Amino acid sequence: MTVSAVAVERLVKIYQRGRAVDGISFTLPIGSVTGLLGGNGAGKTTTIAMIMGLLTPTSGNVRVLGAKMPGQRYRVLHRMNFESPYVEMPMRLTVRQNLTVFGRLYGVTELADRIDALAHELDLTDLLDRPNGKLSSGQKTRVSLAKALINHPEVLLLDEPTASLDPDTADWVRARLQRYRSERGATLLLASHNMSEVERLCERVIILKSGRIEDDGTPAELLARYGRRTLEEVFLDVARGRSHLRQAAQ
Amino acid sequence: MSRAAVAICARPRSEQDAMNFGFEHAISWRRIAAMVERYWYLLRSSWPRLLELVYWPAVQMLMWGFLQLYIGQNAGYFARAGGTFIGAVLLWDILFRGQLGFSVSFLEEMWSRNLANLMMSPLKPIEFVLALMVMSIVRLLIGMVPVSLLAIGFFGFNLYGMGLALAAFFLNLILTSWAVGIFVSGVVMRNGLGAENLAWTIMFLLMPLTCVYYPVGVLPPWLQMVAWSLPPTYVFEGMRALLIDHTFRSELMIQAFFMNVVLFAVGVMGFMLLLRSARRYGSLIQTGE
Repeated sequence: MTVSAVAVERLVKIYQRGRAVDGISFTLPIGSVTGLLGGNGAGKTTTIAMIMGLLTPTSGNVRVLGAKMPGQRYRVLHRMNFESPYVEMPMRLTVRQNLTVFGRLYGVTELADRIDALAHELDLTDLLDRPNGKLSSGQKTRVSLAKALINHPEVLLLDEPTASLDPDTADWVRARLQRYRSERGATLLLASHNMSEVERLCERVIILKSGRIEDDGTPAELLARYGRRTLEEVFLDVARGRSHLRQAAQ
Repeated sequence: MSRAAVAICARPRSEQDAMNFGFEHAISWRRIAAMVERYWYLLRSSWPRLLELVYWPAVQMLMWGFLQLYIGQNAGYFARAGGTFIGAVLLWDILFRGQLGFSVSFLEEMWSRNLANLMMSPLKPIEFVLALMVMSIVRLLIGMVPVSLLAIGFFGFNLYGMGLALAAFFLNLILTSWAVGIFVSGVVMRNGLGAENLAWTIMFLLMPLTCVYYPVGVLPPWLQMVAWSLPPTYVFEGMRALLIDHTFRSELMIQAFFMNVVLFAVGVMGFMLLLRSARRYGSLIQTGE
């Protein structure tokens, strides 16, 4: 039996204020790069949190590398990692200290070499002995990315990884993610509302709206289905409720 | 070999040093050490944090020490009861600073918005709690050792002169402080930083009830029952028996220990239930107020 990297089945999350995720199902093959696209409140972060085991689903199942989340999370947490600009690292610790602590938590062997290699790869060598709190937002993102890659994750979850970055730094981050994926064969799941990012990185796009999957396909399939030239136009069609009209017209 | 297969083969060794009891919830001392290292880096990088550990215990000890000197010069009983106030304030600080040391280390994760990073790492809750317990002792030692030496210099009160009794007092007080610290951390994790004040104030609720500075007999009978349900009461009564009557009441320490075991188990269970609730309500991904 082939184990998928991530398998989500009829996933539901209900908060007191309403349904954040409403019965979604999808499977991510090993080595794939998938974008979760949707506006604010579409359920992207909630879905990623349930995949990571940070949030217990109201109903439905999540499996990561064959382990049921959150119940069997300790079987696989060392094989996955996560990056988000909304989750920070201790400000007073230096970059090296932060990476050392997380490297030990993830059980990374030859940690000093790994930190040096990541610093070289992510252009952090000159920042290693600087406190995290003294870095610019672009530099902090690179440090978060280093933390996310420190254990060579097979499954990498990214929640708006380039939010608040200037276009140059954002492009740089995307290039590093592409390289990591091609070198390691890792599975990437990326939540974003940055269309160009999704278009560039993802071979498959799942569009969420109000906690449901509104559409699912490769960028080319979505463009063809909606008769649009960019994913941004597709996103606007979905966000403004024009997808049903367009599909009906077709 | 496929790229995916390469990735799987290259994954890091992570559980080799774990205490493997044949089930997946094994404890890794390396992860506990990593967390202790994280808090040590933080303490080392911030002299105000280090100073604060010594400042309040020193102020308290000096104030109560001079008060005891004054009263002792004017009242025969207090002259005989030499050192009870200073002893009480030092033991109280073990209880209070022990809990605060635990809770503040936990709060550092909330303040730095790092909790989600930890909770999705292989760090297990029990390892997190053990690291916080170690840090509570480290912070306590940084604060209390200099202050206890000051007490010798200023008032000739040698806390270490209590000998083995001090070990029994310390064990019971630190167990209570951990039990309260674990539970309070769970409440903050579940409810966010809006509940932070609980960490700073909860021990003061125990102060009048555990009879830190006066015997239990002073309380009205119904409140004495409440006092005897709290393990620190036994320690402070035991300290007074030692300093005034020169008697070590081991039965009090044994009773306090068994009560502490129950209290500690309740604290850990409360933390686990609150963690489960935090996972259900999404508190781990919203660590603000």
